[in-house]
Amino acid sequence: MLGNVIGVLYDGFAYGMLLFLLSVGMSVTLGMMNFVNLAHCAFAMLGGFVTVTLINQFGWPFLATLPCAFLAAAAVSVVLERILFRRFYRAGDLDQCLLTIGVVFVSIATAAYIFGTVQQPVQLPAWIRGVFVIGGHNFGVYRLFLIAVALAMTAVLIASIEWTPFGAQVRASVDNQRMARGLGVNVDLVFALTFALGSGLAGLGGALAIEVVGLDHSFALTYLIYVLIVVSLGGMGSIGGTFVAAVLLGISDTAGKYYMPEVSAFLIYVIMVGLLMWRPAGLFGKR
Amino acid sequence: MARPTGSQPVDALAAEARWRPAEIAFWLATLLPSFVTPDYLQLAGQILITGLFALSLDLILGYAGVVSLGHAAFFGLGAYAAGIASKYGWGEPLTGLLIGGGVAGIVGYGASFIISRFRGLALIMITLGLNQILAEAANSMGWLTGGADGLQGVHTWLVLGVFHFDLYGVTAYWYALAVTFVVFLLVRRMVYSPFGLALRGIRENSTRMLAIGAANHAHVRKAFTIAAIIAGVAGALLTETTETVSLETLSFGRSADVLVMLILGGVGQLYGGLIGATIYMIARDRFSDINPQYWYFWIGLLLIAVVVFLPNGLVGGLKKLGAAIGRRGS
Repeated sequence: MLGNVIGVLYDGFAYGMLLFLLSVGMSVTLGMMNFVNLAHCAFAMLGGFVTVTLINQFGWPFLATLPCAFLAAAAVSVVLERILFRRFYRAGDLDQCLLTIGVVFVSIATAAYIFGTVQQPVQLPAWIRGVFVIGGHNFGVYRLFLIAVALAMTAVLIASIEWTPFGAQVRASVDNQRMARGLGVNVDLVFALTFALGSGLAGLGGALAIEVVGLDHSFALTYLIYVLIVVSLGGMGSIGGTFVAAVLLGISDTAGKYYMPEVSAFLIYVIMVGLLMWRPAGLFGKR
Repeated sequence: MARPTGSQPVDALAAEARWRPAEIAFWLATLLPSFVTPDYLQLAGQILITGLFALSLDLILGYAGVVSLGHAAFFGLGAYAAGIASKYGWGEPLTGLLIGGGVAGIVGYGASFIISRFRGLALIMITLGLNQILAEAANSMGWLTGGADGLQGVHTWLVLGVFHFDLYGVTAYWYALAVTFVVFLLVRRMVYSPFGLALRGIRENSTRMLAIGAANHAHVRKAFTIAAIIAGVAGALLTETTETVSLETLSFGRSADVLVMLILGGVGQLYGGLIGATIYMIARDRFSDINPQYWYFWIGLLLIAVVVFLPNGLVGGLKKLGAAIGRRGS
């Protein structure tokens, strides 16, 4: 029983890290521009498909595909942002939701057209699929790798937000966009870069997710709900809040599926509604 | 006592509430399917039911400004309530609608106390969450709802004791049309009443409405409950005409679809839901014949196009066009 607890915590934490990578970009864009980007998971899906294609078609090693997944998602997202999304920063929530859900629908159909509607198979190197044993418990190497990558990304992210001039501009834009503009911060540029960064992280998350949750054409919609839960619970614009919410959701979802498979989905939503009623702005949100 | 004309809000409302030729033309057009496309009456009936559902969402979204991503909860509640009543021996259609609307209304009234307190992202996620909780509950209570297999054994009696539901959907179509029209009249009456005006005020500026002494929360609660009742009636209508209930009636997909239809048609314009549902469902019917997977591509493009080019939906665009032609003509 105790072994199960450790195993569930480990898997849950790894799953939480995945959710964090998938949702942190959306949280920041929401906090900064009040832009509800439901297409965020479409960028994650793009990253996943880039990795699948590179491994299966071109025989690239898994690790080398990860930066490509990041860059592809970032590049596509910034093009969409400049062409389409930027015109809607001042539009209502609902218009933003519908515009971006339109992008999700198009991306789903495109993915189905190119890759078909089956789960994408991907062959990972042997060393990463193994298991290591500590004190009689089995731990998957892949999940450790996932946790390490996510934690490293979080550290880089937090360090660059806290200690670089660019980070200071991001924080200023999140806190008070008009004031930041008044002080000469090029908010549009900062936002475009942040958007690309966040989408890139989602792309990386999508690539890493293949081994854990699988990848098919409807990924952009399936995981949207999880990302929305993390973002709304964490409080928009709060990286720390997103981290805590992602870990909470990851562990409780894994534990729920393990211990109470019948009511686990039910439980997640009950917890979410309860927490939101208690704190409508999220656990760490200011607004 | 004579009232000065022209300046009273009541007169402005009365002017708004006048029936326009386009509206009469629209309702005459709803009679067309039985003459022009008698083979598609089944689809026409489904469109009317979905349109009615979209109309109920319009009441809270378009008039009270409450964004709900969980409206299918009430549609599904109505569908299951009518279905379960029918399964256990009461299949009378008209009272079935009341049962569906009543159950949805009671739950909606309870939920409205939560809904009226929140706005923004929290509200969207709470409505979504409540919808999912209900869907999961229906899924796990297989003994009552039939679970994933759907509710079997629903049998609807004759409408008014005379018309039976035929295979070609003739009765279903006329029945759905009649119910939709009656409910539409009630909604139209309400929207152009002082209560409807108060709802629009809350949508535009809730702080100012509070300042002039409006009971915002009570108004939103009332509107939400009425919308839940209508959604329940639409759900019951679906149950009675198809004689089965599936978990899909409660699903997130249905909540999202109805929102898409409403936006497509135009929010806050009464006809947006009906017109959006018509276009969406005909398009889905056509494209699904070609390939169901790619249907999402076109609906996605359509959504983007509507948001970019037609901020008030198709009805808003048509109104604009009509106004432009009117100006040129004069």
